Amino acid sequence: MNLHVANAKNVKGLATELWIESGKIVSQPTNGVVYEDIDANGLTLVPGLVDLHTHLREPGREDAETVLSGSQAAVAGGYTAISAMPNTFPVADTAGVVEQVFRLGEHHNLCDVFPIGAVTVGQDGKHLAELAAMYQSEAKVRIFSDDGHCVADPLVMRRALEYVKTFDGIIAQHAQDPRLTESAQMNEGVISAKLGLKGWPAVAEEAIIARDVLLAEHVDSRLHICHLTTAGGVEIVRNAKKRGIKVTAEVTPHHLLLTDDVVESYDSVYKVNPPLRTLKDVHALREGLADGTIDIIATDHAPHPQEAKDCEWNAAAFGMLGLETAFSIGYLTMVKSGLISLETLIERMSTKPAEIAQYLYHGKIAVGTKANFALIDLKAEWKVDRVRLHSKSRNTPFHEMVLPGMVMKTFHNGALVFDRKAKL
Amino acid sequence: MSVILNAGEISRALRRISHEILEKNHGSSEVLLLGIPTRGALLSQRIKVLIEEIEKSPVLAGTLDITMYRDDLRMRPPRTLMPTEIPGGGIDEKHVVLVDDVFYSGRTIRAALDAINEVGRPRSVQLAVLIDRGHRELPIRADFVGKNIPTAKDESVRVHLTEIDGVDEVLIEGRTSS
Amino acid sequence: MKNLLSINDLSKADALEILDTAVELSRLSENTVRKFPTLRGRTVVNLFFEDSTRTRISFEAAAKRLSADVINFSAKGSSLSKGESLKDTALTLQAMGADAVIIRHSASGAAHQLARQEWMKGSVINAGDGTHEHPTQALLDAFTIRRRLRADSGDLTGLSVGIVGDVLHSRVARSNVLLLQKLGAEVILVAPPTLLPVGVDSWGAQVRYSLDDVLPLVDAVMMLRVQRERMEDLFFPTEREYSRNFGLNLERMNRLKNTAIVMHPGPMNRGLEISADSADSHQSVIVEQVANGVSVRMSVLYLLLGGATARDLNLSSAGGM
Repeated sequence: MNLHVANAKNVKGLATELWIESGKIVSQPTNGVVYEDIDANGLTLVPGLVDLHTHLREPGREDAETVLSGSQAAVAGGYTAISAMPNTFPVADTAGVVEQVFRLGEHHNLCDVFPIGAVTVGQDGKHLAELAAMYQSEAKVRIFSDDGHCVADPLVMRRALEYVKTFDGIIAQHAQDPRLTESAQMNEGVISAKLGLKGWPAVAEEAIIARDVLLAEHVDSRLHICHLTTAGGVEIVRNAKKRGIKVTAEVTPHHLLLTDDVVESYDSVYKVNPPLRTLKDVHALREGLADGTIDIIATDHAPHPQEAKDCEWNAAAFGMLGLETAFSIGYLTMVKSGLISLETLIERMSTKPAEIAQYLYHGKIAVGTKANFALIDLKAEWKVDRVRLHSKSRNTPFHEMVLPGMVMKTFHNGALVFDRKAKL
Repeated sequence: MSVILNAGEISRALRRISHEILEKNHGSSEVLLLGIPTRGALLSQRIKVLIEEIEKSPVLAGTLDITMYRDDLRMRPPRTLMPTEIPGGGIDEKHVVLVDDVFYSGRTIRAALDAINEVGRPRSVQLAVLIDRGHRELPIRADFVGKNIPTAKDESVRVHLTEIDGVDEVLIEGRTSS
Repeated sequence: MKNLLSINDLSKADALEILDTAVELSRLSENTVRKFPTLRGRTVVNLFFEDSTRTRISFEAAAKRLSADVINFSAKGSSLSKGESLKDTALTLQAMGADAVIIRHSASGAAHQLARQEWMKGSVINAGDGTHEHPTQALLDAFTIRRRLRADSGDLTGLSVGIVGDVLHSRVARSNVLLLQKLGAEVILVAPPTLLPVGVDSWGAQVRYSLDDVLPLVDAVMMLRVQRERMEDLFFPTEREYSRNFGLNLERMNRLKNTAIVMHPGPMNRGLEISADSADSHQSVIVEQVANGVSVRMSVLYLLLGGATARDLNLSSAGGM
């Protein structure tokens, strides 16, 4: 299939067009070749978004999400590569499980599904999983995380950081001191005091980040901080970068927009790990993302079945959907607010994450590379309807919000994998 | 809107009712006046004073809030309770005279009878009203009436008393002049 | 007013109306009126996910004195222990035609969730949710203070109330801080910092660490129950040390004004947060608090269910179709 994307604008707002042959971008049309025209009038052409933090729930919790439904949600959000977190049943802590997830992604072939491996066996925090085996598998896993749990033991963290250096791996830390957050329910502060919900102090996140950047410095390894949420955490990462420590960090769309006062409704759709913080933190996160302290936006897309949310706050599951709303939230909070340009937003949602993870065919629109891109209508606004999302689950905190920027088409390896018009 | 009783007429009506109560009950010794708040309670106080003037001896009087016994509770927002004050000895074996301002459907009095039933067992229950405007919906009648005023259902009768309204008068509103 | 989930649901005028109505109801009860027909035909469900015989009995007595039908639904032995969700329970009660559900739950916010429009059409009364609120307890406490120190009328302006102990885990403290301040009283919280929530400075109450310093200042002192398990979670080193610093005993009673009253929401840990002789002293109003609970809960039930309710309006509009 050969395509000609015409009349588009690029992220700088300049007119652009794209010629694609056999899934790859070419510099100019070849004589005698027939191209199917895609009229992108009014649309902006962006490299396919890349998510480094996705929960696909397969294997084990296919009632919440599958690799297929998660891929469908991803392409509807403009993503062409997603990274499946290992907290499945069984945990993705062996070459076998990561290959299974990888092959499911290939089989459905909507976007690239790159598994993240667990750092420790069964995410127990004690015994290193066979990290090299996962790297050497077909899935070629380079990012490891016990996400959902913190690698709390400093010695285990140190060993993991050191060990993955042999294949330029990264440890992505879910920074949460377990003792300081025992049965914690929400950000600790004015709102938790009022609501009588057990507090989750910012320091529980910051203490681990501080420890881990120092460990990464000591052993000269690559550390990635998952879902940064506090002003203090931003400051620690900023200083670490100044010292030349190899640390990268991500922020989720929901932490860029929502604050802990929404919990006053006790609506457990707002229950998330790490918790929603204060307005001061939201501003610090936006600034951190703008100045590059925070490298990327990652969704932490965490689907849960309705019954896991239709219960008492304490009993409800942590997590929010993110894939289908991420671009709009990023656009609203960072570009519409004047903090960064669209170009920088796309860098934070596509180029940079692809670089960190070494996803070679993502994050750029360049001659010779695979054609992974999306067409976005920046002027369009849409009202989020949780029932119409592609995810199997409904737990979006943005239900009924009107958001700017609508992903219209997504192409993966030159193939149209999502077309919003066709859905309507 | 027109005045149907002025201050003098109200005063004369209450004086007559006081005499009638004494006559019917052979004096005041067994009488217990129970005013229905708000204005019935004020009228009851005035009747108490009048009877005491006539008899030169104290008369038992109190108030009875009927809110909790109403049959139309579910048709309106909840109402604030008014005070119920039953004199020390209770109502048992007394001739209880209920006092209210306007006698209309009879539902208020039915509620009052239920309330009395909870408080004790009087020898008799009598009813004194300043205005009887007709349109009874229950088989209840008054023993002492200040004035009978034929009304239409779409009219309303307003009793104003000096203690809370600054003036003594009875008004009728909404009458279509024919 | 449809629900009573939090003291924040009440304006000052609402709170005073509840107290004034409770005054009338308690006086009527003294005048041998034991039962009112007011809520005849209304169904009130006591939905207790957490054992609390005292609170349940108080609500049950209140509802019965108003002639409501009372259904006691306790989590023990019911389908709830078999994993029926709060939502399914709500839908069941809704289908049974509950006019009001009184819910006690160990999870903060459970009452709010039950009251969601799509779950319950009847009224929801919070009888204690986790470490969040216990609004009727605060109302009966305010009633008790007003009866003792304000002759049953007006607000509490000019009074100072000390709340002592495990504020962090206390729903009674949260509701009382909100209500007492709403009614004009000054609140002084006294506790070790470990038992005060981070963010307590936003409550508008004074925070002090020395009970001895505070006792001479207050018109009422409310001792909170301290659970012995808290010691395991390192909130204080030993019971003895807690009691020595934050327990009320006869020696400390002497620091109180003569007119000051001693309160406790119960159940008491005699010897821990309050000594037996303090609890039984003439300044103690702990037994009155229990008695006042019935009048205050009758008042709340009357004001929520005594008039036209949202459910009545729904039913009548459905009938018109």
